[in-house]
Amino acid sequence: MRKIRLIIGREIKSKLTNKTFIIMTILAPLLITGFLAFMIKMTQSEKTEQNVLVIDDSKLFKDKLVGNDYISLSFSNDNLPKAVAEFSDKGYSCVLWISPTVIEGGAGATKLFYKKSPGFAFQTYIKDQMERIVYENKLKANNIDPTIISNSKQSIKIILEKVNDKGSTEEQASFGLFGFLTGALMFMFILMYGMMVFRSVMEEKTNRIVEVIVSSVKPFELMLGKIIGVAILGIIQFAIMGIITFALTTVLSTIFLKDVSAQLKVFQSQQEMVKKNGTNVNFNQLEKFDDKLEVFDLLQKIEKIDFVEVFICFILYFIGGYLFYSSIMAAIGSAVDSEADSQQFITPVMIPLMVGYFIATKTIMDPDSSTVFWGSIIPFTSPIVMMSRITNGVPMWELVLSLSILFVSFVFTTWLAGKIYRTGILMYGKKTSWREIGKWLFYK
Amino acid sequence: MADILQIKNVSKKYSNHIALNDISLNVAEKSVFGLLGPNGAGKTSLIRIINQITGPDSGEILFKGEKLNPKHVERIGYLPEERGLYKKMSVGDQVLYLAQLKGLSKAEAKKRLTYWFEKFEMQSWWKKKVEELSKGMQQKVQFIVTVIHEPELLILDEPFSGFDPINAQLIKNEILELRKNGATVIFSTHNMGSVEELCDNIALINKAEKIVDGSVKEIRKTHRTNTYKITFKGNLLGFTNALWTGGEILDKHTEDDIHSVTLKLATTVTGSQLLQAILPICEIHSFNELIPSMNDIFIMKVNAGNEIVGTKSNYTE
Repeated sequence: MRKIRLIIGREIKSKLTNKTFIIMTILAPLLITGFLAFMIKMTQSEKTEQNVLVIDDSKLFKDKLVGNDYISLSFSNDNLPKAVAEFSDKGYSCVLWISPTVIEGGAGATKLFYKKSPGFAFQTYIKDQMERIVYENKLKANNIDPTIISNSKQSIKIILEKVNDKGSTEEQASFGLFGFLTGALMFMFILMYGMMVFRSVMEEKTNRIVEVIVSSVKPFELMLGKIIGVAILGIIQFAIMGIITFALTTVLSTIFLKDVSAQLKVFQSQQEMVKKNGTNVNFNQLEKFDDKLEVFDLLQKIEKIDFVEVFICFILYFIGGYLFYSSIMAAIGSAVDSEADSQQFITPVMIPLMVGYFIATKTIMDPDSSTVFWGSIIPFTSPIVMMSRITNGVPMWELVLSLSILFVSFVFTTWLAGKIYRTGILMYGKKTSWREIGKWLFYK
Repeated sequence: MADILQIKNVSKKYSNHIALNDISLNVAEKSVFGLLGPNGAGKTSLIRIINQITGPDSGEILFKGEKLNPKHVERIGYLPEERGLYKKMSVGDQVLYLAQLKGLSKAEAKKRLTYWFEKFEMQSWWKKKVEELSKGMQQKVQFIVTVIHEPELLILDEPFSGFDPINAQLIKNEILELRKNGATVIFSTHNMGSVEELCDNIALINKAEKIVDGSVKEIRKTHRTNTYKITFKGNLLGFTNALWTGGEILDKHTEDDIHSVTLKLATTVTGSQLLQAILPICEIHSFNELIPSMNDIFIMKVNAGNEIVGTKSNYTE
C-alpha cells in the first residue's frame, strides 16, 4: 500500500507542477464561461441609447408609438429634408419617417435615416409596434374590437407528469439539453483522463524507467497507482474547474440575469395567484411577460434539476467509466512504443465512446427509447448515456443495475489490463498487434 | 560459502520461443557472478525472473534458502539494461522517489543520497531536471538508485554498455568495493575483459540452456588444450625432431635467431615431458602454457552450440 501511495503521489505531483496542466485547469473554465457569456450577450439586444425624431405624415402613430428605457421618441411636424439635414446637430440619433400611405402597405412607406446604425433590435422594436398599431387600426376600421382578437389567442404549454412505479405522478423537468450536456461532459472527461493515463504509461515505457520501477513494485501496483493518481488528479482538476466556473457564472448571472430573475419571481407569484383565485383576478393589473416566457421556462427547468442527484451520479459514473476506460488505455499505452503506433489501438476504444455520445444526442429527442435504455446499461456507453438520461428521472433499479454492471466490468478490465500491461511495458522495438496482445494474456 | 541464490530448474516459454530451458545455478554469497551469453540467450529473462518482474513457468528460486517472494525485492538492487529516468523530474525528487519505492523512509533516503552525491561529486545536480544531464551523468544517477538501499544482492544487466571508460572504471571499482562490504553482485555482460577482471564465478548461457558454470579459474583450467608457447635459440629442425610425435606445431616464426613456436601437445604428453625433451637441444628463453581466455571459451562454446566450426582463436598467456 505504501508503494501505491508513493506512485499516486508522484503521479499527482508531476502533473500539478506541470505548467500546461495548471494553465489548462484555470483557462478552461474561463473559456467556457467566457463563451457562454458571449453567447448570452449575443442573443441579448444591444441597448444603445436612441433619441429618435419621428416625422409621422400618416398621423396614425402619435401617442401610440412609444419608446422604452433606452429609446426616446419625439414627434415633429418638420418637413423631411429639413429634418434629415439637421437631426444630428439637434442631438437626435436618427429620423423615422412614416408615409401617409403606410396603412396601405408597400415598400418604402417607412424610412429610417441615420448616421450610425441603430441596430437590429431597435428596428424590430419599432417595426413590431407599428405592425400592431396598423393591425388594430385596420380591425377598428372594420368594426372589430381588438381585445376580442387578443383574448381569443391562447398559448398552450404542455406540463409533463411522469407516472412512477408507485403510481404517483411527478412533474418532470425534462430538460433534455442539460442531460445531453452532462453526458457530453462525461465523454470529455473519460477521454481526457483516459488519454492522460495512456500518455503517462507510454512515457514510462519509452523513458525506459519502467523496468527500474517494476523491480521494486509489482507492475499491477504501478498501473493501479497510476490510474488512481490520475483519477484523484481529475477530481482535483474537476473541483478547481467547478469552483471557478461556479464563481464566474454566479458573478455573470447576477450581472446578466438580475432583472430576469426578479421578474421571474413576480411572474411566479402571479401564477400562484391565478391558480388560487381563478378568473376572478383582474388581469389588467398583472404585469405581462410575454416576451420573457422562454427564459422563464429555462430558469424554471434549471431550478427543478436535482443537482445533488446529478452530482452524485456524475461522480459515480465518472469513477466507473474512467476506471473502465483508463485501464484499457493503460494496457494500450504499455503495448505501444510511440504515439504514432497507438492509433490502431485507440480507435477501437474511441468507437464505443463515440457511440455513447451519439446515443446521448438521441436522448434529447427520445429519452425512453430502447436504444437509450440499453445504452445506459451496457458499460461501454452507460456512463455517458445514463448521464444524459438522468434529468428525465431514471428508476432506481436501472441505476443500480447499470452501476453494478459498470463496476463489475471495470474490475474485469483492470484485471485484464494488468495482464497485458505486465508484459507490454517490457516489450521494446517490436511492433505490437492485437494477436500479440492476446497471447500476453496467457503469460505467467 | 553459502549460496545467496539457488536457481532450480527454471524454465520460461514465450509464445514463439523458449527463453530459458531448465536452468539451474547457484550464486555464492559475497562473490561476483558473471552471467554470460550472446544476445537473445535468455540472460535478461533470467534476471527479470530473479527480480520477480516476471515469473518462471516452472522451477523455483531460493533467496538465502527462502523461496523468492516480494519481500526480497528490498534486498535486491537492479540496474536493467534498458535503463531510464523521468526526463522532466528533478534528479533529487527522482532518486528520493525511487529510493522510497525500495522501502527506505524519506529521511533515511535523503541521508544516504547525500553520501552518494558527495562521493560522486554531484551535489549540484539535485535540482536539475534529468533532461539537462549528460548520458554519463544519468548513468551515475541510475547506479546510485540501484545501490541506495544497500542491497545484499546487486544485479546489473550489461552495466558497462553505454558507459564511457572513466565511468566504467568507476562502476568496476564500486562493484569491487560493494563486494568487499559484503554484497553479492551478479552482472551480465559481453565484455569478457571485465569478466576476468571482476568475476569469481560465471555461467554461460546460450539458446536458453546453461552451457558452462563454475569459477573462472576452474573453467579456464578445464578448458586447457595442452598448448604451449616456447621461445628458444637453437636449431629449429632439432627442435622439431625432439618433439617426435608428441605434438603439433600450430605457429612458428623466427626473428634474429630466436624461434617462437606455439604447439599443441598430444593428450598423453605433459608440459614437463616436453621441457625435458627439448632442454638438451636448445637454449630456452621462455616456456608458457597457453590457457584459453574467457573470450575464447565463450566463442568456442557458443559456436559449438551453434554448430559452427573452425574459428580463429586468440590465446593469451
